[in-house]
Amino acid sequence: MPAFPQAAKQELANSQLRHNLANATSTIRHKRAEVVGELDDWAQLREAGAAIKSHTLSNLDTYLERFEEAVTAAGGTVHWARDAAEANRIVVDLVRATGEREVVKVKSMATQEIELNEALQDAGIDAWETDLAELIVQLGHDTPSHILVPAIHRNRAEIREIFQQEMGKVGTPAPADLTDEPARLAEAARRHLREKFLRAKVAVSGANFAVAETGSLVVVESEGNGRMCLTLPETLISVVGIEKLVPRWQDLEVFLQLLPRSSTGERMNPYTSTWTGVTPGDGPQSFHVVLLDNGRTNALADEIGRQALRCIRCSACLNVCPVYERTGGHAYGSVYPGPIGAVLTPQLRGTTSEVDKALPYASSLCGACYDVCPVAINIPDLLVHLRTRVVEEHRGWQSKPMDALMSMASWVLGDSRRLAAAQKVASLSRRVIGRKGTIGRLPPPLSRWTDARDAPAPAEETFRTWWERNRGSDSR
Amino acid sequence: MRVALFATCLGDTMFPAAPKATVQVLERLGCEVEFPAAQTCCGQMHTNTGYRKQAKSSVRTFVDAFAGYDAVVAPSGSCVASVRHQHAMVADGDRKLGRAVAEVAPRVHELSEFLMDVLGVTDVGAYFPHRVTYHPTCHSARLLRVGDRPLRLLRAVRSLELVELPAAEQCCGFGGTFALKNPDVSVAMGADKARHVRETDAEVLCAGDNSCLMHIGGLLSRQRSGIRVMHLAEILASAEGADR
Repeated sequence: MPAFPQAAKQELANSQLRHNLANATSTIRHKRAEVVGELDDWAQLREAGAAIKSHTLSNLDTYLERFEEAVTAAGGTVHWARDAAEANRIVVDLVRATGEREVVKVKSMATQEIELNEALQDAGIDAWETDLAELIVQLGHDTPSHILVPAIHRNRAEIREIFQQEMGKVGTPAPADLTDEPARLAEAARRHLREKFLRAKVAVSGANFAVAETGSLVVVESEGNGRMCLTLPETLISVVGIEKLVPRWQDLEVFLQLLPRSSTGERMNPYTSTWTGVTPGDGPQSFHVVLLDNGRTNALADEIGRQALRCIRCSACLNVCPVYERTGGHAYGSVYPGPIGAVLTPQLRGTTSEVDKALPYASSLCGACYDVCPVAINIPDLLVHLRTRVVEEHRGWQSKPMDALMSMASWVLGDSRRLAAAQKVASLSRRVIGRKGTIGRLPPPLSRWTDARDAPAPAEETFRTWWERNRGSDSR
Repeated sequence: MRVALFATCLGDTMFPAAPKATVQVLERLGCEVEFPAAQTCCGQMHTNTGYRKQAKSSVRTFVDAFAGYDAVVAPSGSCVASVRHQHAMVADGDRKLGRAVAEVAPRVHELSEFLMDVLGVTDVGAYFPHRVTYHPTCHSARLLRVGDRPLRLLRAVRSLELVELPAAEQCCGFGGTFALKNPDVSVAMGADKARHVRETDAEVLCAGDNSCLMHIGGLLSRQRSGIRVMHLAEILASAEGADR
């Protein structure tokens, strides 16, 4: 996987992708703005959301223990996983203990993050995604490129093609006369999934929220496919990041307003499922929660960085991000793409790989993401914070010339006489590089600017010189 | 009123027309303008690229140069945002510098803020008989929240025809060193911005930041669009029969 600048270049060349993304993100952006505008107390709700999450994160140890007690009291079992490998091992063992060879899945970012489907496959267990978009991605042997709309990069014609070629290989095939009408595509997916829902004995989910006081888990969704998985099977295994906790049942009041308006631009999401332990004769009779760290405590240890753990995965920041809109999610090389991915992933994984080092720089710092974030994560400041970390941890990485240039510039800009001397050199260069006021193509590395943009020539006379010439006596 | 001008390093070196125009407008409105010669740069390039330690020399120079002034004005929303928002971050752990920053930063104003909030003026007596469109740069719009101040100033300019820029709130893709670190994405964003500018049929693209104008203007120039880019200060300084 190449780092963002190279990966983005490839994606930018795909005009169909850019068209699909621009359409989808602008539609959802406008929908969100409309429904958020309806609430007079949005600012207060946002503040409350941020405050509840910050409080929980500051007392996470207490709330995690309280959650475990409540789940256990309700007849469920809590498992603790330090990393992806441990979480996958726990889930594989739990499925094996049932004797089953397949699971149905509720859309879950946590299981994407730990690559659970791959781990299950290695253990000879089939994992079927049941969220429509995840199904499209899975059947297409593809990876999601958006948190909420994993198949955002695909259009209807492509989806029809995938359904016709792939559904029959793993279950009920698509009808031979399938068209690319949304209703027909949904019908094909429903037939394909129904067989799996009715057969599966084990389901795997994530959770949008985990309530400490009651031990309850919450999943919000638009299709109802998740609810099928949460109610029909005999065994339910939920993989939940430790940052998903909220202290009280009452706190959901805030988040169930913030989340749907921010993510799908709806006043309320169509399906909200909550479950607590097991209830004899109703729903799964065996229930497990796998609480996942996988780098979250690293982020928690960083006083500035920890605000990224407030994220409720609404994806509003992706939909307003001008960088995401043009490159799509695959360019980020991260399960969490877009602005939130650029700040979350380097904290979860560290900044040793080329991909992770480049992520904090995959933003123009325009600030649109901070404006829409329902839990007020200051993503631009966080990006700058992480850039500082990358520079300090990897001096020399940004190429020696960049380090040298920045040190030189720092020296020049530290003193006005040194700046004035540098300006004299720049003004002189005007005689060599152009008197017209603009400069055309230059050799590398300056070609990074001039390949597509003319550059301005340094001014004939700097402001400083002009001022001295005209008002010399006034300056101090 | 005694006002210190912060020309910004980019304005001073590459685009002196903007700080000159700022001086003209302020003097026309009766201000006594000074240019503290010790000034250099706000340090944003270093801070935003992750070189926070190297940003310190600029921040120190800035507070030394502007200490003691009641008001500092700069023709750049981005540099003012850097002073007001980032200088405290850069000073973190250095109590002496932190105190100096807390003293100076709140007195630093972006041009449109200063004209409307401090001087209470909307009509600066300008005359500019051209079709103009305005790009609200991200740091002016989102970090400083200058809102419609620049638009109200432009609407008060005699003979100026202001036309709306489609998707105005979208970033132009400059982003400081982003333009060099991610040149392809930066250009893709800038190309859309330039297309929207051309759609307006404007003669002039105006903004409150020469950095963004350098990027969009570089694209418009390469495309031989014939559209000029001008800083807000330059338009506000234009007057009937004036020497420029």
